[in-house]
Amino acid sequence: MTTLTPVLSAHWDEKDSFTMAGYKRHDGYKAAEKALKMEPDAVIQLVKDSGLRGRGGAGFPTGMKWGFIPQGDNKDHYLVVNADESEPGTCKDMPLLLANPHVLIEGMIIASYAIRAKYAFVYVRGEVTHVVRRVQQAIQDAYAAGYLGKNIFGSGVDLELVLHVGAGAYICGEETALLDSLEGFRGQPRLRPPFPAIAGLYARPTVVNNVESISSVPSIINNGAEWFSSMGTEKSKGMTIYSLSGHVTNPGQIEAPLGITLRELLNLAGGVREGHQLKFWTPGGSSTPIFTAAQLDTPLDYEGVAAAGSMLGTKALQIFDETTCVVRAVLRWSEFYKHESCGKCTPCREGTYWLVQILRDLENGKGSEADLEKLLDLCDNILGRAFCALGDGATSPITSSIKHFRDEYIAHFTHGGCPFDPHASTLFASAKAGA
Amino acid sequence: MAFTDQNIEVMDSIIKRYPRPRSAIMPLLHYVQSLEGYVTNDGIELIAKKLELTTAEVSAVSTFYTQYKRKQVGEYHVGVCTNTLCAVMGGDAIFAGLKDHLGIENDGVTADGKVSLEHIECNAACDYAPVVMANWEFYDNQTVQSAKDLVDSMRAGNPPAPTRGPNTLPTWKENSAVLAGLNDGRANEGTQAGEPSLLGLKLSKGQKGANA
Repeated sequence: MTTLTPVLSAHWDEKDSFTMAGYKRHDGYKAAEKALKMEPDAVIQLVKDSGLRGRGGAGFPTGMKWGFIPQGDNKDHYLVVNADESEPGTCKDMPLLLANPHVLIEGMIIASYAIRAKYAFVYVRGEVTHVVRRVQQAIQDAYAAGYLGKNIFGSGVDLELVLHVGAGAYICGEETALLDSLEGFRGQPRLRPPFPAIAGLYARPTVVNNVESISSVPSIINNGAEWFSSMGTEKSKGMTIYSLSGHVTNPGQIEAPLGITLRELLNLAGGVREGHQLKFWTPGGSSTPIFTAAQLDTPLDYEGVAAAGSMLGTKALQIFDETTCVVRAVLRWSEFYKHESCGKCTPCREGTYWLVQILRDLENGKGSEADLEKLLDLCDNILGRAFCALGDGATSPITSSIKHFRDEYIAHFTHGGCPFDPHASTLFASAKAGA
Repeated sequence: MAFTDQNIEVMDSIIKRYPRPRSAIMPLLHYVQSLEGYVTNDGIELIAKKLELTTAEVSAVSTFYTQYKRKQVGEYHVGVCTNTLCAVMGGDAIFAGLKDHLGIENDGVTADGKVSLEHIECNAACDYAPVVMANWEFYDNQTVQSAKDLVDSMRAGNPPAPTRGPNTLPTWKENSAVLAGLNDGRANEGTQAGEPSLLGLKLSKGQKGANA
């Protein structure tokens, strides 16, 4: 059995874990103090050596991203943390910030120092007021302690850290759309290149990192690159937070070394809810192709999930049992992508609209097998042709569900409607069954 | 409503947070909502003036983001997550139940102005599904009945505390100010983590106990 590795979540069970006192009780801000005595390039090298890769979905090596920022260019540099967590199924960064916002701030201090940024922003989604409060208070407390502002830790280094609150747009989780949003525009993605490392916020060199990636940095500074890379698999190093939700006995957050399997995680979480079996699941949010029980033993690291035909994404493990209609599930995700499509590019804007029309008909028993081919053809015209990953993501649930559950789609029109009872999948239904 | 000198001072302080003024447009829109309840034409004109933009430019931004409302919402704005996971776990039944119970549709407001209703997308609390948000505070693991009780208590003026949030439920306007980045001093209220957030940590302590 894999030994769990709570690092980020190690003290979440302490009542004051989110306060400055609670954080300092466990060596809080020691890593920042230590890092500021190192050469900035040595900090970047340490993070490179640790093997830390982005925890927001793409898995790009964090240290390498920092290394792309041109130095000695006499331009302002910026660090932007993406806390716009909104990929369906993803629910790790919000509990992290609720329980320990200081670890993110400390990570931001270290990252800003490494890339020579004097301004850092954390872009928190707008629909989580208490998370906003916690981050806001933590920033104020860090200023009061002299960890932010002028001459931080007496090092001669200055850093301003600004909280920016979103307003309900999934697309702003895409890094260039986030930058447009932060500049005060509609949040629409930009053409790349130039990448943010060259022309990011205000067209200046910018690093955009996920909350969990940056929050992992203080532990690497404190314990070293070897400690971090001793966890995980060959190319996927370290610990990470897996989020289990849906038809599982005990849903929640489990921090484990990269490479643990869903079978192990489900065992830890008490299995699929009593009396039911696993039908399908997402490895990393709704934009990652769905899996079935056949992938229970797939190592949940970047390479393992990719080799099995999906993506590790945000490690958002949404579990659905046999009571769930896959067409209903996919229709709902498709409605989400249609709603959140920013409208900039035609394949995504028009494509997601038509995907929803066809899926609605199918769920209601209207349609034919030819419509499945039409769905796949539409997906083929969106994937790789959309301006950003939102369009690609919209096709994942459709193509993967038709691959695994074509018969269930067909059953909808032979049956003349959805053959499932939606009540059977609810939490209330299982509560009754358990009583 | 006329904006006061004090309102203008707050707006100036928000603009000063950023290296470039235009970046302040989103917190300023949240701030207008905290004063007026929604993004009014007066608010758009004032933001445009402060940032030296046209009203069309400010409107273009405000209409892009779903949290900016162009008409009055309730004192308590209720969002039911109907993205796939919450929908399947009961969000669809909760949303249908609330529409029926309140006699309003999606984006509707009750006649007494107390409660408005909206179906929302994934709110990053899937391990607490099905989730209901009120003024963007978490009400975790809801049922059709608990959600009905929740809106009834709002209409009676005594809503219970959020599951993971402050000790009492702030109003829509009060929370809009928090989203504008104005600290209401309530960060220390409420729990640090709900049970599902602690699942892995507890299992890990069990593993260590077993090995000891």
